[in-house]
Amino acid sequence: MAKVLVVTSGKGGVGKTTSTAALGAALAQMGEKVVVVDFDVGLRNLDLVLGAERRVVFDLINVVQGVAKLSQALIRDKRLDNLWLLPASQTRDKDALTDEGVRSVIADLRTKFDWILCDSPAGIERGATLAMRYADEAVIVTNPEVSSVRDSDRIIGMLDSKTVKAERGERVEKHVLITRYDSARAARGEMLSIEDILEILATPLLGIIPESQDVLRASNVGSPVTLNNAASAPARAYVDAARRLLGEAVTMTVPVERKGLMNRLLGRRAA
Amino acid sequence: MDAIPQPSRQLVRMRGRSYVAFVFCPVVPIVSWLEEIDATLARSPGFFVGKPVVLDLSAVDLSRTGIAHLVTSLEQRNIRVLGIEGVDAAHLSTSMPPLLTGGRQCVLMQNEPKKPEPKPKPMSLLLESPVRSGQSVVFTEGDVTVLGSVGSGAEIVAGGSIHIYGALRGRAMAGVNGNSAARIYCQKIEAELLAIDGYYQTAEEIDAALRNRPAQAWLEGDIMKVTPLN
Repeated sequence: MAKVLVVTSGKGGVGKTTSTAALGAALAQMGEKVVVVDFDVGLRNLDLVLGAERRVVFDLINVVQGVAKLSQALIRDKRLDNLWLLPASQTRDKDALTDEGVRSVIADLRTKFDWILCDSPAGIERGATLAMRYADEAVIVTNPEVSSVRDSDRIIGMLDSKTVKAERGERVEKHVLITRYDSARAARGEMLSIEDILEILATPLLGIIPESQDVLRASNVGSPVTLNNAASAPARAYVDAARRLLGEAVTMTVPVERKGLMNRLLGRRAA
Repeated sequence: MDAIPQPSRQLVRMRGRSYVAFVFCPVVPIVSWLEEIDATLARSPGFFVGKPVVLDLSAVDLSRTGIAHLVTSLEQRNIRVLGIEGVDAAHLSTSMPPLLTGGRQCVLMQNEPKKPEPKPKPMSLLLESPVRSGQSVVFTEGDVTVLGSVGSGAEIVAGGSIHIYGALRGRAMAGVNGNSAARIYCQKIEAELLAIDGYYQTAEEIDAALRNRPAQAWLEGDIMKVTPLN
């Protein structure tokens, strides 16, 4: 059974695209056949994060409008055989998306893939509502700060009312993914604690991704963090989150940076 | 020995069974009686379809041609006559429906759809899930109860009181129809705004010592009071 999962947040810049790429790659590494779909028409980024920007010929809008076939627009990842990208159009805007077009593309993808990960644009307008419209599950990406949490709350409300599942009286399965978490700052009370976030959102936790330079480094070289440096703390956190999506029970931890022996020695010397 | 096959006899089985039929009692003048039938058909076109119909001609005195004419008139209206009663057998020809006798009265059940009794309007609204940021719940008929939290940026508007079994982080407006006896109760007060019957307090004005505690708000004259709930 194919699963449509929307990665959404309401607020921009919290790590939706990074998380989509990282979770998509992690699921693909576990043997699932995955497609990541960029819904951020006009401001596409997912192609860059996956390092596929120079191979884009056709895009989601072309498929929605019937200009191109789905198979022509899908781009296969060079590193992972069962990871595919359906890019967004950069020259159009979100008005080019239609409900009917999105419905047929998603229905088509369902027949070909195990997981369809929809990278939602920020905001609560057309792009974001269409990205979540046909979702079975949702990952709500949240930073540990009040504005992000309140926007996530708004998005959860929309997931419970504006999706096809909600309109049928079913529930979209929702997970909160906390990104850019800095345990040192949280301990000093400079960030919302995990407990506070979960209390406000009243939604189960999928994972905690620590703030890390590895995330930025991976995006800059066009590689999902789970592929670029699998041993890094954020990569391990994303892999844990992906395993939880597959239904495994993985103990919730906040992965920390592993320091090598040399680093530790150097660190000690410097101190 | 040659076995002579016995001719097996096919038994004809007969059973009695009774049915409930519509009985038409035409009256003179027949023309206006037929018009009445037409009016019934206009209201519900399929009313007589598939229903057995018997003609009771005891109230009228019709000749053989008159009866034949009446039967054809009904057939034109898609009403097929199963039998005729209340008439001398001599008046019927073989092509007409047979003469029936011994009919018994019974009450026809009218299968009119029962009108649902008007339900009394609910006086309270129960919400079993959290009210999320951006959602607005308006219920001017009575109380609102929320089993969960009311998020920052969400609002509850109630004609009566508001009960929140969770944290109130958004706005709560009670007694909007001029009900100054309405109150607001919550398990944890972090409200952005509290209002009762038009009198309101913003988060700044709510005593900081109450924050995160169970509290209630009510009106004393035209002053809003917010006090801990325990």
